[in-house]
Amino acid sequence: MLSMQDISKVYRTDTVETHALRQFSLDVDEGDFVSVTGPSGSGKTTFLNIAGLLEEFSSGTFELDGRNVAGLNDNDRSGLRNEKIGFIFQSFNLIPELDIFDNVDVPLRYRGFNATERKKRIDRVLETVGLGSRSKHLPSQLSGGQQQRAAIARALAGEPRFLLADEPTGNLDSHMADSVMDLLTEINKEGTTIVMVTHEASLASRAHRNIFVLDGHVSTNEPDLHLAAKSA
Amino acid sequence: MFRYYLKLGLSSIRKNPMLSALMVAAIATGIGAYMTIINVDYVMSGNPIPNKSDVLFHVQVDNWDPNNAYDEPNEPPVQVTYLDGSALLAAGKARRQVLSYKTGRVIEPEQEGERPFRALSRSTSADFFAMFDTPFLFGGGWDKAADNNEEYVVVIDSEINERVFGGENSVGRSLVMNGDRYRVVGVMDVWQPMPKFYDVNNGPFDEGEDVFLPLSVSVANEFHSWGNNSCWKPDGGDWAGRLTGECIWLQFWVELHGESERQDYMAFLNAYVETQKALGRFPRPMNNRLTNVMEWMEDRKVVAKDVNVLKGLAFLFLIVCLLNTIGLLLAKVTRRAGDISLRRALGASRKAVFSQYIIEAGVIGLAGGLLGVGMTWLGLQGIKGLYSDFDFITRLVAMDWPVILATIALAIVSALAAALYPTWRACGIHPASQLKAL
Repeated sequence: MLSMQDISKVYRTDTVETHALRQFSLDVDEGDFVSVTGPSGSGKTTFLNIAGLLEEFSSGTFELDGRNVAGLNDNDRSGLRNEKIGFIFQSFNLIPELDIFDNVDVPLRYRGFNATERKKRIDRVLETVGLGSRSKHLPSQLSGGQQQRAAIARALAGEPRFLLADEPTGNLDSHMADSVMDLLTEINKEGTTIVMVTHEASLASRAHRNIFVLDGHVSTNEPDLHLAAKSA
Repeated sequence: MFRYYLKLGLSSIRKNPMLSALMVAAIATGIGAYMTIINVDYVMSGNPIPNKSDVLFHVQVDNWDPNNAYDEPNEPPVQVTYLDGSALLAAGKARRQVLSYKTGRVIEPEQEGERPFRALSRSTSADFFAMFDTPFLFGGGWDKAADNNEEYVVVIDSEINERVFGGENSVGRSLVMNGDRYRVVGVMDVWQPMPKFYDVNNGPFDEGEDVFLPLSVSVANEFHSWGNNSCWKPDGGDWAGRLTGECIWLQFWVELHGESERQDYMAFLNAYVETQKALGRFPRPMNNRLTNVMEWMEDRKVVAKDVNVLKGLAFLFLIVCLLNTIGLLLAKVTRRAGDISLRRALGASRKAVFSQYIIEAGVIGLAGGLLGVGMTWLGLQGIKGLYSDFDFITRLVAMDWPVILATIALAIVSALAAALYPTWRACGIHPASQLKAL
């Protein structure tokens, strides 16, 4: 599904060179649920951006669903992103002036689906996340948990092969966080591959496996998350 | 997707009403100022006789001072002498030819209570009406026989007809001017070519003539020219001297179809000048000109320099307004960087972002154009107020459909041009750059 080999990412300014990722290698199989943890500045977000085709990498090889993504032009990257990847952000990133239906509609518009197909998909995913009756609400009229559910619906509407979640429960209280994690687990069970960046060991422990990132590469010193989760 | 982008554009305008209003106002103001001046320029530089402008030729022959050109470096006089004009007219070598000059008469209405009044007049040969396609309400022009026989006939315009004859068909009735009785042969409909191409030497934007009478009658009765007279030799100061001297005061036009007729007529002019040289006239080198209507307008720089300066200033003002619009659009793009970044993350290509923002700019341009139409109308009202003494301006400077459509089109094109840089910046927003900050 996702295969990164020796990926490095270097940010350069006139005076400073920052290595965000070094020799980063990771394979994620179809249907997997991988959590990515690590301290701040370790490279988790850079990894997620590269995995989501939001950023390019400096060297290495990266195959997404069997396709080498190096050297793809903007159109191809955008198309691939739209078709294969669903994003879930910490702060939901819903467009405030659009209602929930129209927010979920955004990626489908860029996919080129006709109105009937879009409506069918939107209604279905909103039902899946439990927001079927809230489609005409503005984001500001929903709770944080509901907003994140709407964002998950938006990510799922295009039926992507995998979801990239960046601290999906970071802005939610524990009750809502549990509810969102239950939803992600459910989605994963139905076959969608999930890669989730999180700081919280208890959430990471709900993934099939955990990747610990330190100083820009996958560390071999992976902490025992299940123990950490229990102690938490 | 166009409808979707249109919807997003409208939504964005509603979301940022103040910013959007400022952009619309900036475009409307610039467009309004520019279109006002363009409208004035259009009126002043338009083709006054589009159907025939390429077959009507102004005639110049160089009878001037051997030591000083009429106009440096070597321009022939802009009018002709009576001697030359009448000879060329009599030769009749063109399809049609007109010799005319500006004069004035005093009309003495015969109705009780009506006082005499001055009327601008044109003394002309018979071909004037057919050659310049003058429209008639009643009757028509006179014929060559009337010219030859010095008949007291007259063509009047509709205003004079209204004033003297109450607007009725006055053909055949009498009109008294300076004590002489003329027979009305035609009543012209409104006809005021702008610029007044057939006599640009005497005010290309001056009021048109009220009365037209035969040149032969005017010459026989010594009706002096009310236009420009220039002499390079003393003419003796009397009418006979004016007719035989080297003074230029008449305009001579010919109608020629095709290059061969033009060449033939030029050969005729050259031959005529050769015969005059043999008689001791035309001391300067051969320098005859045949200039069609639009070339003649350009040659005489009919469009005032003031208008060109104003046009330049209005264009600069439009540029300043567009620069303001660019600044406002940049501010808008900056404010919406998060939205752009999110859309990019969700699959929008740079092309899609470009389309969205360029269509939004088009919507703003359309709104600016509609408001610009109002601004242009206000500007034209201002011009009319400023030049209320000039009838042609109040009549011709007007909002018509072509002006309205041109205003809206220019506003949209301007807005699109102004949006190019901000849109390019929007396309450059990285999909990952704002997502954490949102």
